[in-house]
Amino acid sequence: MNEKRMIEEDQHFEDVIAEESICIQENIVYEKPDTLTDTPFHYCPGCGHGVAHRLIAEVISELNIQEETIGVAPVGCAVFAYNYLNIDMTEAAHGRASAVATGIKRVLPEKYVFTYQGDGDLAAIGTAETLHTCNRGENVLIIFINNATYGMTGGQMAPTTLPNMKSTTSPFGRDIATMGHPLKMTDLVAQLPGTYYVTRQAVHKPGNVRKAKKAIMNGFKYQKENKGTCFIEIVSNCPSNWKMTPRESNKWLEENMIPYYPLGDLKIPNVKEN
Amino acid sequence: MKELRLMKGNEALAEAAIRSGCDAYFGYPITPQSEVLEYLSKEANVRTGMVILQAESEVASINMVYGAAGTGKRIMTSSSSPGISLMQEGISYIACAELPCLLVNVNRGGPGLGTIQPSQGDYFQSVKGGGHGDYKLIVLAPSTVQEMSDFVKLSFELAFKYNNPVMILTDGALGQMMEKVELFEQQERKTNIEPWATVGKPKDRERNIITSLHIQPDKMEEINLKLQAKYREIEKNEIRFEETNCEDAEYLIVAYGLVARICVKAAQLAADKGLKVGVLRPISLFPFPYEKINELAGKVNGILDVEMNAGQMVEDVRLAVNGKVPVEFYGRMGGVVPTPEEILENLEKKLAGGKA
Ligand code: SF4
Repeated sequence: MNEKRMIEEDQHFEDVIAEESICIQENIVYEKPDTLTDTPFHYCPGCGHGVAHRLIAEVISELNIQEETIGVAPVGCAVFAYNYLNIDMTEAAHGRASAVATGIKRVLPEKYVFTYQGDGDLAAIGTAETLHTCNRGENVLIIFINNATYGMTGGQMAPTTLPNMKSTTSPFGRDIATMGHPLKMTDLVAQLPGTYYVTRQAVHKPGNVRKAKKAIMNGFKYQKENKGTCFIEIVSNCPSNWKMTPRESNKWLEENMIPYYPLGDLKIPNVKEN
Repeated sequence: MKELRLMKGNEALAEAAIRSGCDAYFGYPITPQSEVLEYLSKEANVRTGMVILQAESEVASINMVYGAAGTGKRIMTSSSSPGISLMQEGISYIACAELPCLLVNVNRGGPGLGTIQPSQGDYFQSVKGGGHGDYKLIVLAPSTVQEMSDFVKLSFELAFKYNNPVMILTDGALGQMMEKVELFEQQERKTNIEPWATVGKPKDRERNIITSLHIQPDKMEEINLKLQAKYREIEKNEIRFEETNCEDAEYLIVAYGLVARICVKAAQLAADKGLKVGVLRPISLFPFPYEKINELAGKVNGILDVEMNAGQMVEDVRLAVNGKVPVEFYGRMGGVVPTPEEILENLEKKLAGGKA
């Protein structure tokens, strides 16, 4: 192609598709939901938190419930969740998110209230609050990120750390004889009559991301039915503290975490899809 | 027309909560204050639609208060000493996030599981912080069942005036004893939405965040400075106390709550013997009436501080007096209530040199 021709072609291209005509509503296939702020995520590269945040933001946008939603952030890596989600939020003390959510929901029963908590927060220090919130059947959504480690404090053993899995406080691997067994919180709350919808999902592959989004969508929608607590576990990774690349961590998650924490619904409401 | 009733202190407090238009109560049973939760469970929801929730622990209660208070409504909890200890982390969060709410401590004897009898052993915990970090509660100390009722309304007013948690510090005897109380009229439930409240973000305002986390030191210092400025403002405006025969007193007794009433009786016994004793009762324990006590110290020969503990408020009295006159202490602990006779005896022994 000679130079003259190239310029002509470019000219032609600009004539045919000007920028203004590309950036039109009909052509948009993907955009940042207005429920995410412009603050860049502080999460480590490859971490599942970012994906989970985005799914929550997308669901709130798509349901058009930004004005009616109040979120509760945990203590842990997601402590700054309120910097990213463009909704009213309260930052709870470590483990107390579901009690805080209970307080909000009880005085604002018509609003959507959800918590976002990690495994240390929800399944260790906050076990009592989690179980009792679910047992009372509070009409809130609990989103539980399980990555089997204390991410923010630097990789200590979590209640969900797998047997023989190494951490900074189980440097020779979790010895179940002295350190106890990984706690399957989701299986536990599924037994309680107060829970309405209990599911375990993951966000390490596109297919899983789609399923997790559907679950979060359900979790929000079901709140309007006032039938009890919705509980969604997301089995996630922590490349930084697992000391793996993001790709290795996803492989490890698939080979080790999912066999112990199998994905799928543990309790689904008896409702007709429409 | 006056509405008079004979009521237990705890019931009067619960009745006042309903009449204050309180939106929600979160609590956990503990002696000697369980009547608050019991009374509210029976009366509140049916009368005003107030939310009553028995939580699984005091830890959960205070965090429910934190969440609910963040919506800008009138929220409260009550407990007694060990339960209040469990709440301290949550109280620190609430104070830092500047959420208005009412906390009630029906003080019982400690330390530890202690006793269910009345005590003032939680003065330090209530007035000096209690949880971690630099914060203050507004602390009001009733001495009658009437005040157990009146101070509920006042507490909500102060809480929303300063966006600060308010504590009513009372004790097991005031909670349990029956007295005549004049009830105030039913107030409306709150309808206005506070501009800072987390109620769902409309399109036309920035999102509201309730947090006590400010990871940058300069930002966290800024928050602290703002809190301290607020506490100075509270010290300027909200000092409350009651004087009994302080005008020409030779000696002064300083006491709060139930003990102050016993001290007034002790002062009468002293008067019978020809000894002029005045009683100063701090009503607000934070802010504390330092200036008033300093002023009175200039007029008397000595001060006796009486408490149902090992000597806690006496430290503030000594700060106020600043060495002007001798300050002596007399206290009973572990749930023992001092008698007027033993208070007078100690005043004579420690200060008046057997003068009376
Ligand atoms: S420490 Fe782990 S959980 Fe936390 S942001 Fe990094 S990768 Fe994610």
